[in-house]
Amino acid sequence: MNFLLAFLFGGTICALGQIVLDKSKLTQADLMVILVVLGSLISTFGFYEPLTRIFGAGAMAPVSNFGHILTQGVIQGFNRAGFLGALEGGLSQAAAVLGAAIVFGFGIGFLFRPKG
Amino acid sequence: MRERESPQSKRYVRLVEKEQPKVSLKSNLANAFLIGGGICVFGEIIRTYLLYYGLSNDLASVWMSIALVFFGSLLTGLGIYDEIGRIGGAGSAIPITGFANSIVAPAMEYRSEGAILGLAARMFIIAGPVVAYGLISATVFGLIRSVFR
Repeated sequence: MNFLLAFLFGGTICALGQIVLDKSKLTQADLMVILVVLGSLISTFGFYEPLTRIFGAGAMAPVSNFGHILTQGVIQGFNRAGFLGALEGGLSQAAAVLGAAIVFGFGIGFLFRPKG
Repeated sequence: MRERESPQSKRYVRLVEKEQPKVSLKSNLANAFLIGGGICVFGEIIRTYLLYYGLSNDLASVWMSIALVFFGSLLTGLGIYDEIGRIGGAGSAIPITGFANSIVAPAMEYRSEGAILGLAARMFIIAGPVVAYGLISATVFGLIRSVFR
């Protein structure tokens, strides 16, 4: 059941994204930025966390989750230590994933050659 | 670039557009849905394993993202993710594997321009804006939310 929910929700986000790509001049990079900002906005109103509870990876795997994590980090950081906490909070929550992306990205980019 | 286009090149562009196979919107949509959904299911499988081995919900979510970033990077290195991306479109770009792909692909491509301004700088050509706008909106929205609670 969890797998079906993840499939349906994640698939729906991607299908909506594809409609945007096909119907507009926006690039995939634009789409990713829009989704991150949208995830952040949804998270601000407290609606993203319930989505991750219902749809699991269906809501956690799309990049919108990145906006959610950053936003929750800012809110929790502010509650803990005011403005300094807010500035620390965003990246501290996302640090592990961002760190992994940079390290793996550099490693693979260094080791592998582009095809063709 | 535009003003340098000769009549021939304009004609050529028109010819290319005419001869291009028309990919139907419906099949694009179905592919994006299937591939995007499939990647999410893969993530859910990883998450289920991690939860089964006793990780907390938060930790399982972070490790799942890291695993997806790893597989996205590796498949990009092997040239497989680009194939997935050609079919999946938004379905391969939207999951976090696509974020990893957006880092690795230019890193590989521009490696020849040097280790600093080539590989390391180009890694962030898409990831940079994503992180920047993500953090800016998170800070602005998060602070507004925190202050006007």
